[in-house]
Amino acid sequence: MDEEELTAQETALYDRQIRVWGVDAQRRLSKSHVLVSGMSGTIAEFCKNIVLAGVGRLTLMDDRVFSEQSLLANFLIPPDASEHCGRSLAEICCDSLKEFNLMVRVSVEKGDLSSFDAEFFDKFDVVVIAGCSLTIKKAINEKCRKRPKRIAFYAVDCRDSCGEIFVDLQSYTYLKQKGEDTFEHNMQYPSLVDSIAVPWRSLPRKATKLYFAMRVIERFEVAQSLRPGETSAADIPSVLELKKELCKVQSVNESHIPDRLLERLLTHPREHPAVCAIIGGILGQEVIKAISCKGDPLKNFFYFDAADGKGIIEAIADYVSS
Amino acid sequence: MASGKELEVIKGSKVLMVGAGGIGCELLKTLALSGFEDIHIIDMDTIEVSNLNRQFLFRQSHVGQSKARVAREAVLKFRPHINITAYHANVKDPDFNVDFFKQFNVVLNGLDNLDARRHVNRLCLAADVPLVESGTTGFLGQVTVHIKGKTECYECQPKPAPKTYPVCTITSTPSKFVHCIVWAKDLLFAKLFGDRNQDNDLNVLSTDANDLSKQTEDVFERRSDEDLDQYGRRIYDHVFGYNIEMALANEETWKNRNRPKPIYIEDVFSQKQAKQNGIADQNCGSENSGISAMSSLGLKNPQDVWSLFENTRVFLEALKLFFEKREKEVGSVTFDKDDQLAVEFVTAAANIRAASFGIPLHSLFESKGIAGNIVHAVATTNAIIAGLIVIEAIKVLQNDADNYRMTYCVEHPLKKMLLMPVEPFEPNKSCYVCSETPLSLEVNTNHSKLRDFVEKVVKKKLGMNCPLIMVGSTLLYEVGDDLDEAMVANYEANLEKVLAELPVPVASGTMVSVEDLQQELTCTINIKHREEFDEDEPDEMVLVGWSQPVATEKEDKSVSNGGEGTSDAAGKLKTNDNLDETEIVPTSEIVSVVGSKRKLSELSNTDVKEVISTVSSVHSSAHQMEEINDDEDDVVMLDENPEQAKKKR
Repeated sequence: MDEEELTAQETALYDRQIRVWGVDAQRRLSKSHVLVSGMSGTIAEFCKNIVLAGVGRLTLMDDRVFSEQSLLANFLIPPDASEHCGRSLAEICCDSLKEFNLMVRVSVEKGDLSSFDAEFFDKFDVVVIAGCSLTIKKAINEKCRKRPKRIAFYAVDCRDSCGEIFVDLQSYTYLKQKGEDTFEHNMQYPSLVDSIAVPWRSLPRKATKLYFAMRVIERFEVAQSLRPGETSAADIPSVLELKKELCKVQSVNESHIPDRLLERLLTHPREHPAVCAIIGGILGQEVIKAISCKGDPLKNFFYFDAADGKGIIEAIADYVSS
Repeated sequence: MASGKELEVIKGSKVLMVGAGGIGCELLKTLALSGFEDIHIIDMDTIEVSNLNRQFLFRQSHVGQSKARVAREAVLKFRPHINITAYHANVKDPDFNVDFFKQFNVVLNGLDNLDARRHVNRLCLAADVPLVESGTTGFLGQVTVHIKGKTECYECQPKPAPKTYPVCTITSTPSKFVHCIVWAKDLLFAKLFGDRNQDNDLNVLSTDANDLSKQTEDVFERRSDEDLDQYGRRIYDHVFGYNIEMALANEETWKNRNRPKPIYIEDVFSQKQAKQNGIADQNCGSENSGISAMSSLGLKNPQDVWSLFENTRVFLEALKLFFEKREKEVGSVTFDKDDQLAVEFVTAAANIRAASFGIPLHSLFESKGIAGNIVHAVATTNAIIAGLIVIEAIKVLQNDADNYRMTYCVEHPLKKMLLMPVEPFEPNKSCYVCSETPLSLEVNTNHSKLRDFVEKVVKKKLGMNCPLIMVGSTLLYEVGDDLDEAMVANYEANLEKVLAELPVPVASGTMVSVEDLQQELTCTINIKHREEFDEDEPDEMVLVGWSQPVATEKEDKSVSNGGEGTSDAAGKLKTNDNLDETEIVPTSEIVSVVGSKRKLSELSNTDVKEVISTVSSVHSSAHQMEEINDDEDDVVMLDENPEQAKKKR
């Protein structure tokens, strides 16, 4: 570990959080480089959290241009369109984020994430993607897994008042605290491909229904070549049909995935700002844990639904046959 | 989501936010994004550097400005067309009365202290406006919903007691570093730089065998023939040498304890070294916002633990700097965690005392945390809690009572959950705040004065601001701007009378009515005369029926380290500043479920342990948990530990 000391400025600014996670963790944070793709409301929340926490560098990717839609749950985008003439969402958000913490280097990378080769990812410690299709999620996850260094991978998706986080830390070792003792603890994470390949009937009956509902919708979107969230109420009949099929193939009862839940997710694909804050907060915390190697990281899915208020960890990883 | 109907309710609502700090910044942002268009926000604080790591609406250039106003400006940048009304004021100001509260559909608290929380709770009850209450420490947080008559009020459950220590632990037998900090801050620092005439348990008298005439001299008075170096060295020898010798003389004390070692300046630091102290780089003190012993001594890293020698240098230098550079303030300085020189002095003094008692020394960073009762705070928890507040606020606006939840944000998953919703509890039928249940007070009516009653019971325990005290139809005491001189004089005279000798004697069986006009709260107190009180009842008054704060450790007397307490993740107790910018978890709502009818289920030992280890971080004591095993709706409930129920009266 580098013995560099934090500057007086850093100590003063980060005083309250150093009291939570310690100087070593703060030092590791300040040396980390995070990539995010897809400037959704949840990602805006996440970026705010890690910029405040003091990561070293943050790279933003999103070439889309300003639209009324883009600012609905995103407080990093000023609403006056005339200010943005032709600039990308990543560039607009970059300007706002820089102001939050002058010690963090925030920058923009242009291009289509899925077109970058695997070496591109080597400069990052953490990759977070949002609003990506299942195909892209899988591809990026595989690229991250094939690199010589460990790159933590997160995929996040918020629809209606629900949110999902997928985590892949590959082989992750950290200092686990149990009572007074701390000891080295290793956790193995499966890829997204292997995780979602787990047969549904082998998962516990009480596994959250959101997990299954999200799998149905992502398959539907791939089949229809839709971007995540481009669904509408008109898709309900076809999605319910797909659900029926999948339940049959997976030999689980159709009640596993309530129709009402699917209807909610399809009809209101927009993000709910309160849910963005919650998912962005949990995601921020997980990334801080992964970088600082401090605290138990979640494995390997997280769900929040404002309808029941529960924030649940689903360890689908535990059912992946090796 | 925001269905049409929901958005309509949001747009038509008027909400009051109390607090624009860690939770407040996040909350104001999320409210604005969610479509709220009429938001009022009250905060009396100004922005500090240590806020900037999480209060993301503020920038370095805003330091010193009103939090409420700057937060308003910042949010209007991304939502220019909504109405935000900012008040840079104390929520306890009389302007914020019941009528003021009545204009809102819901009140959202993001506060940092118990006093203000209780005050807002009472105003919400009086105005019959729903309250969503919140708190965070580190990774822990909670959101609760309080609706008059439907769910418990904020004061239905006991709150954690302020952390206090027995006087003798502080003055004679410290065993932990925090005891040394309390001594350095509340006794030594207060004596040297604060109000000299205030009561102080520090031994200030010296019995110099060679000079009996000086026997009663206050050693803290600087002699006319003495320079600052000599003065500092004399104080040092008195408090770290002489006072320890005095304590050692009492053999009884040390039978089962390690004997402390007196430390004299000559042992650590020669006269010659003292003269050179701080001369090295006298001029580099400009960077660190003013006067600092550390910078004049060339000490840089606040994380370093200084040796006894270094602590001694800092002690002498800080003392000298106070008298040299801040002479005008001496006599009226109160400890402030943001006062660098004060923190340096207290760190050094606490460490020298710790060295004397064989207690491990601590860094300035750690000492500052303990002395300033600094609560851990991170942005993520505040963001999550603010999101949960908005979700509850929207339910409240839609009157969706069946779905109200209290939610706990925990650090270690509990039943797979990081966010754990719990059904709100019913009002506690014996709550003196929301049920107006009479209280009873055991007091020696021939001994305790009305002033004791007003200060120790009415203000401190009942949390009243502007009390009015009556027996039958006779007014014994009131406060207010519109009183004439004769009345004021009359009330002043009453304050000095013992209860039994008041114009209407207060004796066993007397019903005293206490009212706060601002909070619109009235309590009836049934007086019971009692002759004798135990040592552990230092107030000589026992209030029964009032939710006794939950003491988290056995030590619970007399010298307190700051404001009200909250427990941190390790279950260790930290206390909290009244005016700190951080937030506390108001804890223990979860500890007990008095008015609830839920029964305890059978639990395995592992379950109980799991709950205790996870939730005890948020809450101070053991409790049990019940899970309703319903697939669609499993809600986790916590129930009172029978053992604890017994302890309460």
